[in-house]
Amino acid sequence: MTRYLARRLAFALVLVATVSSVSFVLARLAPGDFVAGTLGAHASSDAIARERARLGLDKSLAVQYRDWAAAALRLDFGRSMLYDRPVGDLIPERAANTAILAFAALAFATVVGVPLGIVTGTRPRGVLPGIIRGASVVLLSMPPLLTSLMLVFIAARTGWLPIAGMRSSTGADNAVLDLLRHMIVPVLAIGLPLAATLERLQAQAMSETIGQPFVVAASARGLPRARVVWRGALKAALRPVAAMYGLMIGTLLSGSFAVEVITAWPGLGSLMLQALRARDIYLVAGCAGAGALFLALGTMASDVALAMVDPRASERESHAEAA
Amino acid sequence: MTRRAGAALTVAAALCAVAAPFLAPHAADSRDRGLLNAPPTWLHVLGDDGTLHAPFIYRWRIVSRLEQSYQEDRSARVPLTWFSGGHLVQSSNEADAPLLLLGADSFGRDVLSRLLYGARISLGLAALAALGATLIGATVGGLAGYRGGTVDDLLMRGTDFVMVLPAMYVALALRAVLPLVLTPAQVFGLLAAIFAALGAPFIARGVRAIVRSERRLEYAAAAEALGASGWRLLGRHLLPATRGFIAVQITVLVPAFIVAEATLSYVGLGFPDPVASWGTMLHDAATNIRVFADFPWLLSPAVAMFIVVLGLNLVLQEEKGRGAGLAARG
Repeated sequence: MTRYLARRLAFALVLVATVSSVSFVLARLAPGDFVAGTLGAHASSDAIARERARLGLDKSLAVQYRDWAAAALRLDFGRSMLYDRPVGDLIPERAANTAILAFAALAFATVVGVPLGIVTGTRPRGVLPGIIRGASVVLLSMPPLLTSLMLVFIAARTGWLPIAGMRSSTGADNAVLDLLRHMIVPVLAIGLPLAATLERLQAQAMSETIGQPFVVAASARGLPRARVVWRGALKAALRPVAAMYGLMIGTLLSGSFAVEVITAWPGLGSLMLQALRARDIYLVAGCAGAGALFLALGTMASDVALAMVDPRASERESHAEAA
Repeated sequence: MTRRAGAALTVAAALCAVAAPFLAPHAADSRDRGLLNAPPTWLHVLGDDGTLHAPFIYRWRIVSRLEQSYQEDRSARVPLTWFSGGHLVQSSNEADAPLLLLGADSFGRDVLSRLLYGARISLGLAALAALGATLIGATVGGLAGYRGGTVDDLLMRGTDFVMVLPAMYVALALRAVLPLVLTPAQVFGLLAAIFAALGAPFIARGVRAIVRSERRLEYAAAAEALGASGWRLLGRHLLPATRGFIAVQITVLVPAFIVAEATLSYVGLGFPDPVASWGTMLHDAATNIRVFADFPWLLSPAVAMFIVVLGLNLVLQEEKGRGAGLAARG
């Protein structure tokens, strides 16, 4: 297990280094740079040259990359030109905002999707399962881009909830409550399609498990149905669902990008967008690297969790390594 | 049953895209400065005097130019003309009272017409990208599964790598580093290439697994014994076995690509403005904060997108199990 973890960690580091390096080089090669964008066409060529020299943009790509990479090894990721702050300070702040959304959405999806999936999976007929199934199919067809537009539309029409940002600009009495109110729309936007995904998976796993001999045997011995379903069968049916979490991490990150932009949530995705638009190369490299890290760590965490639920998973992994 | 409904929705959407010039009452970029953000024209059959007529509309009269509010001008009925000038239906007085079944956008362009022409871009791009992903994925997966050994190792490491990339960030970065002003055709090709490259690994992995297991079966051995070359065995016998899997994957990838185009265009990194795609339409809509309260018809591309994705998902529902949840990938 330790060896497996070490390998995964090394792979994550390589991934982060590659992604941030490539985006650094791409952003540097892109037409236009930060100075041309901010000073505009009216600045004298003298002023532009001075500004470029101050920011280190006058050096060649190779030199610039070498300096940046050398500094990055010492965990100094450069200074954002857009915010005039170290990238290493800026990114954790924004990444934390994205992580809040992602975790809340994942928790919501699990709490809502899994129990509903058990209900629909154990009862193939009936009004309630039918409604849940229908709602799931509809929500599965609404990626976060659409759910967030729909929720913002509802919130704007009714005026019940704030539709943009993370905090009220006027300042609220209770900071936590204020944050929670602002979170509802983006969290639901990401969480609803995920909940539908989990519901469908859980329902399928459940309906397959329920027909298996050990479940039938438990019922035959006279165990109450609720106990059989919620204790016995659930344990077995959780495995395929747990395997899904690894895939969902990627969905979370790209889904949160659209949601962050639409609801003006100050997260990693909207920061990346700003950085790309301003040609803030250090910030671009930092955001891309942080996104890759988020994904790599998330996938790793879900694989470890899966290995705990289902010991066969890690065995299979080590067999694959040996092969 | 649900599968048929899904197929019907998907086919209908594709037909709308193909027949856009016939179905759309207007050109995608024709503007009417007097009808900025005008609401949808209602179809009436009852006149003011209670008499029955063939469907007709009323002209929008502007009430306040500042607030962009409109009122029906009930003084004269404007009948519709069918099958004239190569269009299915138009108003009989297009100059003064155009038919705006889904309203007009902030430039006074007909939303329905843009939606239909936009379907060509949005759906065409997704279909092309899915085709590209299939070609790349089948080639890579087929080769890896057939050759095995080092080739297999290298190719699969590569696909693993692409699969764990933060896809949205990569697509953003790749698009953003290229000049912002590209011709629509260039953007189309570029986005299709990016999406195809990011989608291909999902196909490659499955194709590899199927090819590997099929290769051990008797019929493959028989073909080999009869002297079939490697390429023939792969192309004629092994890859056709992956058809079902590839069909499922395409129904998963197409919605993801539609949404990816919309997201990129929404943030201004997709198609340039005058081009009608579902993403650029949402981009236009989102620049106006009043869209949610006063001009909801500008959000119709979101509804169109939902219908197409729903159609594909319903087709997919029957294909039990495999990647059921992947359709939600943004």
